[in-house]
Parts: sequence; structure tokens; C-alpha cells
Amino acid sequence: MNWLSQNLHIVGALLVDHLVLSIVPIALAILVSVPLGWLAARYRRARTPLLTGTGLLYAIPSLPLFIIVAPLIGVPVRSPVTIVVALTLYGVALLVRGAADAFGSVPRETMLAADAMGHAAWARFWRVELPLAGPVLLSSLRVVVVSTVSLVTVGAVVGASSLGTLFTDGFQRGIEASILTGLVLTVVVAFALDAIVVLAGRLAMPWRRAVAT
Amino acid sequence: MAPGGGDVNLFAEAIAYLLDPASWTGAGSIGLRILEHLAFSGAVLLVAAAIGVPAGVLIGHTGRGRGLVIALTSGARAIPTLGLLTIFGLLLGIGIEAPFLALVVLALPPVLAGAYAGVESVDRLVIGGARAIGMTERQILTGVELPLASPVLIGGLRSAALQVISTATLAAYISDTGLGRLIFAGLKTRDYGVMLAGSLLVALLALVVELLFQAAQSAASRRAEPISTPRTTGRARASERNP
Repeated sequence: MNWLSQNLHIVGALLVDHLVLSIVPIALAILVSVPLGWLAARYRRARTPLLTGTGLLYAIPSLPLFIIVAPLIGVPVRSPVTIVVALTLYGVALLVRGAADAFGSVPRETMLAADAMGHAAWARFWRVELPLAGPVLLSSLRVVVVSTVSLVTVGAVVGASSLGTLFTDGFQRGIEASILTGLVLTVVVAFALDAIVVLAGRLAMPWRRAVAT
Repeated sequence: MAPGGGDVNLFAEAIAYLLDPASWTGAGSIGLRILEHLAFSGAVLLVAAAIGVPAGVLIGHTGRGRGLVIALTSGARAIPTLGLLTIFGLLLGIGIEAPFLALVVLALPPVLAGAYAGVESVDRLVIGGARAIGMTERQILTGVELPLASPVLIGGLRSAALQVISTATLAAYISDTGLGRLIFAGLKTRDYGVMLAGSLLVALLALVVELLFQAAQSAASRRAEPISTPRTTGRARASERNP
């Protein structure tokens, strides 16, 4: 493709921006959601507000969320920080439910046995609850990974650079190759990150081979 | 002036814009934009449902083509909506057709998946029972399978509706319709108050639609499983009698 070979360095730079804007919110979402999901699974009182709240949050469309988040945290809307914060919120909205289901699926008897063997609460979480919750957690993480990579592109309309910039530039200048390159690369990035997550899951949970989604 | 800077004033500006009677009158009034947004999203959802529900029900009923539905729904999540909108916009030109088609394409997978999963989840024994008491295939479909599938089916429509309302906002980027117009007009003139007003309206609209679908979904579940509530109370009563 002629257009692509002439614009390789631009596309490369946008790809890097895209990866940063995808990976940071995914990582932050995991850090926030795992404890929240655990709370929702263990404390009945925390469950309803957490799951209802995150469910409603997920209903808010992405572009409006970017615009609402920016003045709340005091940065320009096209700043990478806006995109990262908004996408972290989406990731949390999806993952908290998944994490609550995951920790809820750990049998009570297993946790009591862990207690009886003398595990402190902290050790029980790391050695018993988290590994057992792992497979379910992983499958909702995969959804978060794929949808985050796709949502990053929306930031391009407010000027946050990512592979989505190929859509806005291509549309404004009438270059189909630019849009098609962006489409293909975004899907490739989504599937590549998904594959990495699956692989990491297999390495971290060798006892559980293929994880059904 | 770059927007931002921890400006709570921007919210005051947005609210002032929303409360200003002048914003609600004339050709570009907010009310008109809301109607536009709803009519456009509703039309897309209707078309997607007209194609997706029968196709999904057929797949769920026969069990043929389920691999396709699963691949389609997981693949569709990866496709960036803005990319689809802009390529359709370039290929079909300026107008309502490009965003309409792009949105139907995006709404189809969740509708299809909901209809398919709903029908497939119906207990085979129940269908066998319906057949045994002499119901025709048509009666089984409309009287047994569809009511039992409706909670999941409505769930599919619900995620499609949210997707459509969200993407209809972005659609203003390629064709000036709906509430997205406020956002892009504000972006062009660097009027953050108007952008924020448009965003708050879209968010509110999405939340209202989400709550309406939630209500429809729980009404459908109550209809699909009317015995679930009496059964639990019955059990509770039995345990009261037998301490």
C-alpha cells in the first residue's frame, strides 16, 4: 500500500500512543476493580450500590464521558489523562461485576478450610481466593482489553492522538487508506493484547489450561 | 482558550445554557436535537431488531449457525465505531445514510446474540412438554419459546440501544444530526459550556433508556418465571412451620 509506506513513521507514532492509552487504563482498572469486586462478593451491603453504580456508569457514552471527566479532574479534554481516566472508569464498570462473580464463585468451604489451616486473611486472599477467582476474572478482563482498545479511538475527535487520528484525518482529507489502516491496526492491537492476556493467564494459572469465555 | 483547568464554572455554564429559554426555541433548539437523536436511534434499533430478532430466534431454534453468532459478537467488540462511521461516510458521502448503515451494522451483533442466547436457553424439556400437549410448532415458538426467551432477548436490545445512542452522538462528526451536534459545534467554537451541556444531555438520555430497558427486562423475567417468587415464599413458609 502506497499511502501506508509513505506514512509509516506517523502510523508508528500513533500506534505507540494508542498502546499507551490502552494499557494504562486496563492496568489501572485491574488495580481498582479487584478489591472492589472482592468487597462486592464478600459484603452483601456493598454489593448492590457497587454493581448498580458501575452498571449505570457503563451506560454513559464515551465521547460525553470524556467531556464530562475533563473539567472534573481539571485537565484539557484532549489530554491523555482525560482519556486514561475515562477509560479506566469504563474498565472498572465492566471488571467490578466480573470480579464480584469471580470471588463469589470461590466455595465457602474452601475458604473455611484455608482459615482452619491457619491462613491469615491477607494470605488467604493471595493464595486461595485470587487463584480460584482467576479464570472468571480473566474472561472479563479479556472483554475489557478488547473494548478499551476500540474506545481509545473515540478520543481522536477531541484531539487525543491514537490510531483514531487515522480516522479523523482520513475522513477530513478523503483518504480511505488512512481509515482502513486505522481499522485494521486497531483490531490487530485488540487481538494481540487479548492474546497476551490469555497467554499470561496460562502462565499464571498452569493448572487451568484453556479458559472458556 | 484551552478548556479545563479544574473549572467547576464550566458546569455552571452548561447548566445556564440548558436552562436558557433561548436554547429551547428556534430551528436548532435542544428539544429538536433530542427528538432527532431519539428518532434516529429508534429507527436504527427497529431495523436492527427487524433483521436480528428473527435471525437470532431461527438460529436458537434450529441450533444452526451458532458458531457464526459467537464469532460475530466477539469480533464486533473489537471494531472501532469511529472507524466504521468515517469509512462509511467517505464511501457513501455526506448525509444520513452513512451513519444509519454503520449504526445498524453495530447494533446487529448484540440483538442477534440476545435473541439466539434467549431461545437457546429455553429448557428442552419445556418445549418437549409443549409438543406433547399438542401445541403446533408455531404455538411453541410464540407461546413458549419467545416469552421464556424474552428477558435475554430484551437484554440484547438493551446493549444494542446503548451502543446506538452512544454512536449516534459520534455520528454528528460525519453528518450533523442529533445531540452530538451540540458537542461538535461547541468543539469548533471552543465553547466548552455547550459541549458539556450536550454531553450531559446524552449521558442523561442514555441513563433513562438504560433504566427503561432494565424495567422492561425485569417485567419480562417476572412473566417468564412467575413461579420463582411464590416458590421461595413457599419454602420460607414451610421452614416457619417446621422449625
